[in-house]
Amino acid sequence: MKFFNMKWFAGPALLSAALLTGCDLPPQETVQRGYRGTGMEAVYSPEVLEELVATNQVPAAIPAVSSEGPKAADIYKNVEVLGHLSVGEFTRLMAAITQWVSPEQGCNYCHVPGEGFEEDTLYTKKVARVMIAMTQNANENWGAHVGGAGVTCYTCHRGNNVPEQVWTIGVPPRHASGHKHLMQNVAHQESSVYTSLSIDPFTPYLLEDGVARAQGDTALPVGHTESIRSTEHIYSLMMHYSDALGVNCTHCHNSRAFGSWEQSNSERVKAWHGQQMVKSMNNDYINPTNDWLPAYRQGPLGDAQKVNCATCHQGAYQPLLGANMLADYPNLGSLAPASSDPIEEAVEAMEEMVEEAVEAMESAGLEQDDLSIGEAH
Amino acid sequence: MREYQNIFTQVQVSAPDYPGVPIGDAERNRTKGMVHNHLLGKLGDAQIGPIYLGTLGVFSLITGLLAFLIIGMNMLASVNWDPVQFVRQLFWLSLDPPGPQYGLSIPPLNDGGWWLITGALLTLSIMLWWARTFQISRNLGMSNYLAWAFGAAISLYLVLGFIRPILMGSWNEAVPFGIFPHLDWTAAFSLRYGNLFYNPFHMLSIAFLYGSAVLFAMHGATILATSRYGADREIDQITDRGTAAERGALFWRWCMGFNASMESIHRWAWWFAVLTVITGAIGILLTGTVVENWYLWGMKHGIVPPYPALEATPVVDPMMEGAQ
Repeated sequence: MKFFNMKWFAGPALLSAALLTGCDLPPQETVQRGYRGTGMEAVYSPEVLEELVATNQVPAAIPAVSSEGPKAADIYKNVEVLGHLSVGEFTRLMAAITQWVSPEQGCNYCHVPGEGFEEDTLYTKKVARVMIAMTQNANENWGAHVGGAGVTCYTCHRGNNVPEQVWTIGVPPRHASGHKHLMQNVAHQESSVYTSLSIDPFTPYLLEDGVARAQGDTALPVGHTESIRSTEHIYSLMMHYSDALGVNCTHCHNSRAFGSWEQSNSERVKAWHGQQMVKSMNNDYINPTNDWLPAYRQGPLGDAQKVNCATCHQGAYQPLLGANMLADYPNLGSLAPASSDPIEEAVEAMEEMVEEAVEAMESAGLEQDDLSIGEAH
Repeated sequence: MREYQNIFTQVQVSAPDYPGVPIGDAERNRTKGMVHNHLLGKLGDAQIGPIYLGTLGVFSLITGLLAFLIIGMNMLASVNWDPVQFVRQLFWLSLDPPGPQYGLSIPPLNDGGWWLITGALLTLSIMLWWARTFQISRNLGMSNYLAWAFGAAISLYLVLGFIRPILMGSWNEAVPFGIFPHLDWTAAFSLRYGNLFYNPFHMLSIAFLYGSAVLFAMHGATILATSRYGADREIDQITDRGTAAERGALFWRWCMGFNASMESIHRWAWWFAVLTVITGAIGILLTGTVVENWYLWGMKHGIVPPYPALEATPVVDPMMEGAQ
C-alpha cells in the first residue's frame, strides 16, 4: 500500500509555504537583553537590517563655519529663533534646512522670490520657525529622551516637506448615521498596526493627558478602576511604539509583568520621557500653528499634523540608527537666548560651554557603557 | 475486506430510513424528513434527520438567530451598510459592550444597548438548548452526562459575560461579539489583571485542556488500532471484554504500567473536558473581584521567582521620581 502519495502532501506543503511568506525568512539573529529564559531578546533579520541601514543613511554635512563675527540678528531683519548665530552659521543652517526639507523647491519653499527674506508671507516660513524652536527645545530640555544623538530637522523630514509619518485627530470611517462608532474594529489601519484595536491611540496619550497605565500595583483590589476598554487603547498605543521602533515588547518590558518598572530596562524610562516630549511638541509647538495653516495641511477635524514615535523613529529603534547629526549642527542644540544683552549673552555662552563639556564627558562615559552592554542602549 | 484503517470511514452501511425508537407523545417533536448522503457517510452516519426540535429547540433557534442577526446588523451599520466592506472587514468588526461610564446601568441602544439585548437573547438561546439536552436524554432513557457537560461550558460563558461583570459593577468588563475583538479582549484582560498565566485556576484549566487533547488522541487511536478486533463496539466490551479491549489495555499497561478500563477512559475524558471549563470559570471569576494583579499575587505567594536587576542602576518609575 502506498502511504506517501505525493498528491496528499503537495497541497498542505504549498499552503504552508504560502502562509510563511508573511514571515521573515531565517536566519535570524537574536541578542539577549534580559535575564535568561525571560524572552527579553532582540530579533534581527539580516535582510530587514540591511534595508534599515540603507534607508537610515545620513547626508554629508556641509563644512563647518566660524561662529565668530556679526550675529544674524544684527545683519538680517525678523530673525527670531536663530538670531544668536553668526551670519556664516546662519547661512549654512539655511542651506542645510533647504537640503533636508525642500530639496526640490529650494529657498522658494519658504521665501517668495523678489521679496525680502524677512517677510513672513508664506505659512511655510512661519512653520519652519516654530519647528526650529521645537527642535532646539527637544535638544535642550528633553535629553532624557533624545540625549546622546539629539535631533535635527532631518531626523523627521528626510528630504520631505512634511515628514512621512504624521497624524491628525482620528475620525471614524463611514458608518450608518445612527451607529455610534467607537473608533476601533476597523481593518487595515496603520494607526492600529492592522489590529482591531483603537485607530486613534494618539489623541488620548500623545495630545491629551491620558496616563498609559493599565495594571494595578497591588496584589489585591484596592480601587484601581482602569477599564478593559482603556487597557485596549493602551495596547494599541504600545503596538504603535513597537511598530515605530521596529522592536518587540521585550525591548522595554519583561513580558511576565508588563507594568513592573524594576523588571523593565532603562529603554522604558526613555520611552516614557518620549511620550511626555511628544505631548509637549504637539501641544506647545504644533497645535498653535493651526491658526494659520492652510486646510490641506490639516486633518479632517481641522487640526495640524502632529508627531508620534514613527515621525522620528521610522522603523528604527534609534532614529537614523543613532547617528549624531546634531554634532555637525550644534546650532540646533539649544533655544535662542531670551535676552539680547551682550554681557548676559557672553555669560550664558560660557555656561553653555561648560555644560556642553560636562555633557560631552558624560556621554563619552555612557558610550563606553554601550559597548559593553550591546546595541540599543 | 474493507476495514477502519483510513482517515475517513470506508465502511458504509446502506440501510432504509430509520426514524428512531418510538417515544410516545413526544414523537410530534420530531421532524419527518430523512435523507441519505454518501459523502457525509464517510465522516459519520449517512442518514440525515429526523431532528428532534421541540418547543425548546424552536425558541432556542429563534432567539439564537435574533442574536446573530443583531450582531450582523450592528457590524453592517459600522461599515455604512456596505456588503463588500462587511465581508472584507468581517474579522475586525464587533458589537461592543457598553463603555465603562455606564457601569451596570442601561445604556443607549447604539452605545452598548444592542450588546445587552444580544447577550440576553444569546443566553436565553443557550439555556433553552441546554434544557433541550435534558429533554432528549430523558426521551431516549439516557442519564444526563451530556447536559451536565454542556452546563459546565455554560458556567464559563455566564461568568465571562454576566456574573463577573455584575460583580465588577461594569458591563464593560464583558467580552465583545467579534472575531478579532474578542481576542483583543482576552489579551487586554490578561494585561489589565497582571498576567493570567499566574492565576492557578488558569493553570489548571490549561492542564485539563491539554490533558483532554492527549486523552482524546490516546483513546481515539487505541480504539481505531483495535477496531479490526471489534473495538468499535466498545460499549459491548465494557461489560464483555473481548480481544480488542484486551489488546488496547495491554498496549497501555506495557507502555506506561497503568491502563484505564474500557469504561473508565470515558470518565477520564468527561472529567478532563468538564474541569477545563469549570476551573477556567473559577479563574475568571476571581480575576479583578478578589485578585487585582495575578503577577503580584504570585510573587506574594512564592509562585513567581524573582530575577536579578537588569541594569546596574535600578530602573525606577519616572512618575515616582518626581515624588521622591
